[in-house]
Amino acid sequence: MRPTDITDPQYFHKVVDCQWACPAHTPVPEYIRMIAQGRYTDAYMVNWESNVFPGILGRTCDRPCEPACRRVRVEDKPVAICRLKRVAADYRGDIEHLMPEIAAPNGKRVACIGAGPASLTVARDLAPLGYHVVVYDRDAKGGGMMRSQIPAFRLPQSVLDEEVDRILDFGIETRLDTDVTSLQSVLDEGYDAVFVGTGAPRGRDLQIPGRDEVADNFHIGIDWLMSVAFGHTDTVGRRVIVLGGGNTAMDCCRTAMRLGGEDVKVIVRSPFEEMKASPWEIEDAQREDVEILNNHVPLEFVRENGRLVGVTFEKVRPVYDDTGRRRLVPTGEEPVFFPCDDVLCAIGQENHFPWIERDIGLEFDKWDMPVVDQVTFRSTHPRVFFGGDAAFGPENIIWAVAHGHQAAISIDLLCEGRDLTERLAPHVTLVSQKMGMHEWSYHNVISEDQRYLVPHADKALALGDIRMEVELGFDERLGFEEAMRCLNCDIQTVFETGRCIECDACVDVCPVDCINFINNAPEPELRQRIRVPALDESQDLYVSDDLPTGRVMVKDEDVCLHCGLCAERCPTAAWDMKKFIYEEAKAQNQRLGP
Amino acid sequence: MSFVSKPRFHHPRLPRNALGLTRRDYEGAMSTLCAGCGHDSVSAAIIEACFELDLPAHRLAKLSGIGCSSKTPTYFLSKSHGFNSVHGRMASVATGANLANRDLTYVGVSGDGDTASIGLGQFAHAVRRQVDMLYVVENNGTYGLTKGQFSATNDRVSVGRKGQRNAFEAIDLAVMAIQLGASFVARGFSGDKDQLVPLIKAALTHRGFAFIDVISPCVTFNNHFGSTKSFEFVRDHEHSVLATDYVPYHETITASYAEGEVIDVTLHNQCRLRLRKLDSDYDHGDPVGAVRYIMDRQAQGEVVTGLLYLDTGDDDLREKLELTSRPLNSLDEDALRPSPEVLESINASLR
Repeated sequence: MRPTDITDPQYFHKVVDCQWACPAHTPVPEYIRMIAQGRYTDAYMVNWESNVFPGILGRTCDRPCEPACRRVRVEDKPVAICRLKRVAADYRGDIEHLMPEIAAPNGKRVACIGAGPASLTVARDLAPLGYHVVVYDRDAKGGGMMRSQIPAFRLPQSVLDEEVDRILDFGIETRLDTDVTSLQSVLDEGYDAVFVGTGAPRGRDLQIPGRDEVADNFHIGIDWLMSVAFGHTDTVGRRVIVLGGGNTAMDCCRTAMRLGGEDVKVIVRSPFEEMKASPWEIEDAQREDVEILNNHVPLEFVRENGRLVGVTFEKVRPVYDDTGRRRLVPTGEEPVFFPCDDVLCAIGQENHFPWIERDIGLEFDKWDMPVVDQVTFRSTHPRVFFGGDAAFGPENIIWAVAHGHQAAISIDLLCEGRDLTERLAPHVTLVSQKMGMHEWSYHNVISEDQRYLVPHADKALALGDIRMEVELGFDERLGFEEAMRCLNCDIQTVFETGRCIECDACVDVCPVDCINFINNAPEPELRQRIRVPALDESQDLYVSDDLPTGRVMVKDEDVCLHCGLCAERCPTAAWDMKKFIYEEAKAQNQRLGP
Repeated sequence: MSFVSKPRFHHPRLPRNALGLTRRDYEGAMSTLCAGCGHDSVSAAIIEACFELDLPAHRLAKLSGIGCSSKTPTYFLSKSHGFNSVHGRMASVATGANLANRDLTYVGVSGDGDTASIGLGQFAHAVRRQVDMLYVVENNGTYGLTKGQFSATNDRVSVGRKGQRNAFEAIDLAVMAIQLGASFVARGFSGDKDQLVPLIKAALTHRGFAFIDVISPCVTFNNHFGSTKSFEFVRDHEHSVLATDYVPYHETITASYAEGEVIDVTLHNQCRLRLRKLDSDYDHGDPVGAVRYIMDRQAQGEVVTGLLYLDTGDDDLREKLELTSRPLNSLDEDALRPSPEVLESINASLR
């Protein structure tokens, strides 16, 4: 195997599993250490630079970082990264003085259509550079799906307002309550660039017998949630069936429980284990006494005297073919009937661009989706960019933020008359953390604590008030204890071949047997030959140059605890613990240079 | 030394032995020796050997004297019995313990000072008495604990850290052990666990006195250019004569070798040692030839390692003394008190 090229920023980036998994590449261990030190404001700002909405995401993020967390591989449960983000937001101090200065107007005008997370990120990145940003939205307030689809008991309005308004206060011109019905007319206003961040606004319908006859009691999930969010709907029937197994379904059922629903069932086609909803959202729903039934495919809406009385379902079981593809096969049992007063349909959502003319040089593909470049986020129209759910279909907030940052870079390059592919590399530093003989600037004692649970509000009280936040968040002590569970994966083990005397001290002391000195071989063979075979191929092997004995050092990154004992026991400082900071380039870096 | 304790988390796929234990279960406290000390590697090799032999730690006793090496029993097998004796007196304590309870496995750890200087007399008699134990000397040629004076095993040609010359001849403990009648003598190197771990396994299984002289560099006082006990020197001048593979009795040997290259030796517990000759001139069964060979190579500046001498036929101390097969500490009054008839016959013989 060839020696590992640690000058490639992506090598160590991948070792920081949480940051690697995060679409916005937020430096997670860095802000968790700040939380442990009580530096909440600093921790908030690290987040704000990277993901724009720490308070919102600290409550609602899909947290791709958590399943990636090394702790899952070492013990069982990941660090509660998402809820620690909320700790930073809850306990931070004033940040007004830390906001970027707004440069003098540069004469360029950018339109953002939709006021959701993607558009707001574009505005956040471009306004400080002197751009005149105009944000359009059909709703009366900014926030997009964060406001219309996420219930207030998960995301208090005050938190949402604060983080959205902070961006709008950067001198953004807003055109709210404005339904954009023609992209051409927006382009006609002479904008230098237009960003489309309109999300995936159309909930999927369910065309089965009886659908049209029960229209009064059949609701599309996201439309119904929006109607609740804006106060147009405040009741629901006593018995409610929610169709679908994603996070929208979880929000629907829990909202129904708060609007008068007493018997609320989520009924899903797939097996329970394959439901799309995040496990914690399913848990929260079940804690609130929502019943979840799996392997039921809806057959018909049953009416009596023209009114919905229930739904019949066919029972199915999953059958997997050789390639692992699943089919749902009827069990042959009699269809089952569940009575209900209202049906909430949350079986997916899709993009919808009736307002974009098809003859303005903006191409659509065979699925009627705009053709968008994966790197620049530009459509086939030179001045129109897409991001968030509008670009490649429904994802989540953190993906929308990541798209927004990249689109902002492209727009800045376009307005500067530069090539859109001339993008800056990430900003990377690698600095030794050695402070003394065996003293490091980070806490290298590994906490053996189990994941701490976030306290919840009293169930009866929470169910009685749709605006009452269910999760209370960690207090400072719990936040500290949970922060200490972080393994500091960004403090990298860096090996310098020339210093090594092959004394084996690091091999002997490593608590997780990840260091080896063996003869080199092709990677598959090395993976088998090391002390504990490296079976997880998504985790890299760190291979040194040839040592004097002809052997090489091979470290399996998989379960390294970053405890630094290899470096403490190394007599020649061939091992060092170095902090790896990786920052994605943003529009402001593009402007100022690296 | 590290101030943090070793995290208890271990690799989730760490192998388990017949007792259901992992290698980590055989560890001791965190070492307080200098970072990179060869002794820590010897501790790791003992841990590995005990793990692989499926030894129950509570049936093993660790004995030591005074010195850096004698501190190390704290750093392995924390569930075992232990006795940290007076300087140079480990061999006597081991002899006594051995007689009192023959059911335990005895591991003595000593250093070149503890064995070749203050404890030389103790060592010599433990060897010639064939005390059934593993006696490990962690040999670094220096008194590390008192800041790096030459020890009695430091080669005459080996200079000090600041260039000081060494005026005295070195004691070769392996040669001495062969001359004094040890039945298992080997030399290892802390930087070569592939060689050391099988040697320790074989020595732990051997009945009689098993001696391993482990060159274990002192990174602080004796790992410089000009030292013959440094990592670099030993790697460059090591000459291994016999590779030892320990074969558990239930395992069949699959590797094939040309005739004459391999000798299988059956130990008293029915396990086998497979000895592979790395040097066809060497005969591990001839004590006189072995001593001559080691000294010849030594004169050429080479360090002979591997299994140097093996005799599975000699009795150990308890057999020589014709002791009862029960541990002495388990003999109660009934067993120890002679019957009236026996007492009478003894008295009669003395009248």
